[in-house]
Amino acid sequence: MLASFRPALVLFVLLTAITGLAYPLAMTGLAAALFPGKAAGSLITRDGTVVGSSLIGQSFTSPRYIHGRPSATVAADPVDATRTVPSAYNASNSAGSNLGPTSAALAERVKGDLATLTAENPGATVPVDLVTASGSGLDPDISPEAALFQVPRVARARGVSEDRVRALVTAQVEDRTLGLLGEPRVNVLALNLALDAGLRQ
Amino acid sequence: MTLNGWIQVALFCAVVLALVRPLGGYMTRVFQGERTLLSPVLAPVERGLYRLAGLDARGEQGWRAYALSMLGFHALGFAALYGLLRLQDGLPLNPAGQGTVAPDLAFNTAASFVTNTNWQNYGGESTLSYLSQMLGLTHQNFLSAATGIALAVALVRGFSRASARTIGSFWVDLTRCTLYVLLPLCVLYTLFLVSQGVPQTLGPSIAATTLEGETQTLALGPVASQVAIKMLGTNGGGFFNANAAHPFENPTALSNFVQMVSIFALGAAMTNVFGRMVGDERQGWAILGAMGLLFLAGVTVVYWAESAGSPVLSRLGLTGGNLEGKELRFGIVASALFAVVTTAASCGAVNAMHDSFTALGGLIPMINMQLGEIIVGGVGAGLYGMLVFVIVAIFVAGLMVGRTPEYLGKKIEAREVKMAMLAILCLPLMMLGFTALATVLAAGLAGPANAGPHGFSEILYAFTSAAANNGSAFGGLSGNTPFYNTTLAIGMLVGRFFVILPALAIAGALAAKKTVPASAGTLPTHGGLFIGLLVGVILIVGGLTFFPSLALGPIVEHLAGAAGQTFATGG
Repeated sequence: MLASFRPALVLFVLLTAITGLAYPLAMTGLAAALFPGKAAGSLITRDGTVVGSSLIGQSFTSPRYIHGRPSATVAADPVDATRTVPSAYNASNSAGSNLGPTSAALAERVKGDLATLTAENPGATVPVDLVTASGSGLDPDISPEAALFQVPRVARARGVSEDRVRALVTAQVEDRTLGLLGEPRVNVLALNLALDAGLRQ
Repeated sequence: MTLNGWIQVALFCAVVLALVRPLGGYMTRVFQGERTLLSPVLAPVERGLYRLAGLDARGEQGWRAYALSMLGFHALGFAALYGLLRLQDGLPLNPAGQGTVAPDLAFNTAASFVTNTNWQNYGGESTLSYLSQMLGLTHQNFLSAATGIALAVALVRGFSRASARTIGSFWVDLTRCTLYVLLPLCVLYTLFLVSQGVPQTLGPSIAATTLEGETQTLALGPVASQVAIKMLGTNGGGFFNANAAHPFENPTALSNFVQMVSIFALGAAMTNVFGRMVGDERQGWAILGAMGLLFLAGVTVVYWAESAGSPVLSRLGLTGGNLEGKELRFGIVASALFAVVTTAASCGAVNAMHDSFTALGGLIPMINMQLGEIIVGGVGAGLYGMLVFVIVAIFVAGLMVGRTPEYLGKKIEAREVKMAMLAILCLPLMMLGFTALATVLAAGLAGPANAGPHGFSEILYAFTSAAANNGSAFGGLSGNTPFYNTTLAIGMLVGRFFVILPALAIAGALAAKKTVPASAGTLPTHGGLFIGLLVGVILIVGGLTFFPSLALGPIVEHLAGAAGQTFATGG
């Protein structure tokens, strides 16, 4: 027993130092040198302030902006810290809804969202991603259909023609990676920044 | 289902298959102690480690000494991780000021990482300091993965050696696996992940001001270095709560593809290491073939079920499949494929919330784990799990023809079959036993977030995942309670060590046997007949054991959903 104690202890300490400290610290240094912007979180600044990360979705409720997908993230209740309250796109507590396929709560939520969206753009088919919560609650993207669906509302709110908004949306559509992997998508934050920049009166 | 979707699946399979021989050849050289490409750099480090540890690089161990070394090493790791989590509030690298981790949660998390399960009752960004993530989790990710591979290699030596007393040295296998296999791959992989946008920083969270003037706190950290080993080592414990669904852990469709490949890469290559070490690569391909058949069947069902979507939502007029709990950049096919990959291997990372999958889409991940994660499986763990099933399959074949079964020239006798059955039976005992317990105790019934059969599925999935050392979850279950923290931790420890010890005992017994030459009566174990037999045995054992519990959960939920029935909580 004693004979195997020394290798156990020595290898544990040394391998811990290599894999738990040297490796992550060396990687942090290398990453900062090779990809400084990405290693720090792909932050976007506008007029000197950080407005978000290009990879993390954020909550949009104003009719002037294109909205992202429903988000199921929560935050501590400011009144009672033992409880949580809904807090969409909370980037320090990622989570999905975890509602199952026969959940009554899920069916109710989807029904409510469908009614709101149909009232906003009657006659058009509501894209599925606009009424389903993402896995992380921080999905930065929506489908091109979901972005186009919201064009009439944004055009009305900003008092510009639908064609101008639609042109800006179309310019932001990204195809599948290498034309093959993933799905076509629109980054909501990038699109809204483009809307603000392109429709400044 | 779309043509593009199937092309993505086919490309995934092609890339994994293409990696089997190169990685298998390299790893074989590593475990046979030969020189490799990296020896000029790493051999001095390796020699230094042995010198300080007082080890002889050529010293070998019998199976009992091998097992004792492994257990002692894990006890040390368990104690160190538990202590680190309890004391993190007073230690450096804690910019968010995370407090100490509660005793039951620290016990659960230590068990979770030491057993390569990585069940997440902790919420990464809201519970753990950077030091805990690096020194505790990243490091255990390496060592538990290296242990799995070392044990598989030890079992393979049991088959490849004859009249031998030893099955290798645990210390040498562990060190060489960490230094020559895991570490170099992780360095390249980390840099790739950062190039895709995964953060790697020791800086604190960033407060951003959104376009609508709200404050959004962006949690950051040394993410990439941990994600690399969490995937390659089939650990699966996320830096963030949402795991690989979080855009900072898995930012692009390309990072997602590479992550799926990396979950399978080493496990698939282990079948080739097996083939090479027993002197016939076809034996490895036959095992990979059996794994591949089960894998493709699983992918087909999940992809179909998720594309068809939830009948309850279809009745509201929704089309386009089931996107609840999925990320748009991956879409349905890459989420379905990921779910099958992560539960076939014992990874447990998720890029979509399995709890929100359709009933049948969630059924397959459960079956994958219940079969013992032998479809490629955890690095090493999958191979030794599969070899245990091979022994049972050979035994059944022997019974059919009334002949002493043999595999690769080794007679399979009572002791090996008993040990194999012990390893196979401890999993359902943990999975079904604890599920039954949780469904009759108030502390267990307080867990599920969903009502009806789906609530039962949440409990079943939790204990299945724990005992199989997977770590994925139906995340609605509130697992961070004293009852679940304790029972899940026991399930993880038993599910790990009560498979490992019988596997090592088999290795020891086999190594000591003579090799008998193949005769006309020997069942060839590299062809279609053997693959069919093996798959049949796996499905019969798994089906008989688990079908009743699956009928109470996902199957009844599927039927209820098809009839439009929903279940409300608190009603």
